[in-house]
Amino acid sequence: MSGLSSQTSGLTARVIPCLDVRDGRVVKGVRFQGLRDAGDPAERAAAYEAQGADELVLLDVSATPEGRGHALETVRRVRKVLSIPLTVGGGIKRLDDARHLLEAGADKVSVNTAAVLDPSILASLATDFGAQCTVLAVDAAQREGGGWEVVIKSGRERTGIDVIGWARDAVRLGVGEILLTSWDRDGTRSGYDLALLTAISDAVPVPVIASGGAAHPEHLAEALGAGASAVLAASIFHDGDFTVGDVKRVLAAAGYAMRT
Amino acid sequence: MGGRDRPERREVVIVKTGVANLASVIAAFERLGADTLVTTDAERVRTAQAVMLPGVGAFGAGMQALRADDGALAEALRDRFQADRPTMAICLGLQLLCEASEETPGVQGLGILTGQVTRFADAPHLKVPQLGWNRVETESDSHIFLEPGFAYFANSFKLDAAPTDWKAARAHHGGPFIAALERGRVLVCQFHPELSGPWGMGLMGRWLARAYAAPSTEVA
Repeated sequence: MSGLSSQTSGLTARVIPCLDVRDGRVVKGVRFQGLRDAGDPAERAAAYEAQGADELVLLDVSATPEGRGHALETVRRVRKVLSIPLTVGGGIKRLDDARHLLEAGADKVSVNTAAVLDPSILASLATDFGAQCTVLAVDAAQREGGGWEVVIKSGRERTGIDVIGWARDAVRLGVGEILLTSWDRDGTRSGYDLALLTAISDAVPVPVIASGGAAHPEHLAEALGAGASAVLAASIFHDGDFTVGDVKRVLAAAGYAMRT
Repeated sequence: MGGRDRPERREVVIVKTGVANLASVIAAFERLGADTLVTTDAERVRTAQAVMLPGVGAFGAGMQALRADDGALAEALRDRFQADRPTMAICLGLQLLCEASEETPGVQGLGILTGQVTRFADAPHLKVPQLGWNRVETESDSHIFLEPGFAYFANSFKLDAAPTDWKAARAHHGGPFIAALERGRVLVCQFHPELSGPWGMGLMGRWLARAYAAPSTEVA
């Protein structure tokens, strides 16, 4: 699949480190372990760019309004040092939240729960800022009978909404990219949900970013093979097991076009 | 960064076309040691040493912004490009310089670049929008600003053919398209140099240096 697309496009596969940021600090183990400090966001961002990161995603996982205030300042500080694209998500509820993040230095905004509760926010974002700026984050969980359903509120609520249908609807509303997280795999280090990635990549014309479950560069290669345009990972980079450069060398050796 | 050893502080005037996100462009120029001024004032755009036309958003909204104020801004920009005065355009900025775009049928562009902007074709496995790093190829060694390398693109629409008198760089996404054009002291990019890492910073730096290197062209 990726082999086919590389014949018609010079686009390279993207490797995207993700910074979970809380109260102005990078944290790790957000969902499955106790929070641990993982450094200063701007320092981390600059280091990942130097390692060859193609983009950066910053997810604000603050739980309080004060923390959200920190997020804008964090985005400003990261923007100063970063000369690659920056996507910011987490807690965007209204158009103005997105506007403030973009003014602070985000290049794209990612919306998750708010879009499920009111899909019209996607159309508003796309109209005001463009499809290329509007990212839908989807947390997907396997259903017992097969397929996947959308989960929201950081996994606390299953919606019953079919993920494939939701992705198609979102693209019709103007979304330009989908950040797809497997809720079953996130934090398990057992690899991405490849069937999910293929199902969504085949269902929509926009790029899909794979997220949730990566522990090794081989996992990232599998995701690209399954149809993802980009691979997002947090812990494998934060823990220092692999640099972005290490991962890109493995992906290049596996035959995927990489920016060098 | 003081201007201690510089004869003058470099400034880039950025045209405000509406809701475009300017933080990345401003941050990039700041890293290059230049000040920025964001304006819709046609006279500022006309007289500035260096002008940047950014662009995120839709073609129709962008043209509407440039045509406000009886079209004075559009006129100031057109004069700069035609006289090859130091001017850069990015992404939608390139498309606004064309004659028209499929994105907003019926709306006239600035008409500085001959040609119509069209959408990437629907094709299996071809992702639209084009989001990511694509290989940029120059057509010869005679470019002043452009070099081969990887640039970050974020677009659904593109220009297919280079107008005469412009040196073109191309990239491929379902077929060749114009990645960038240069002529004189003008640089027009479909990609985002401000998001294209050290390669993009180098490109912006060369444009800025040349914008301030030659004796400034007097405004007619």
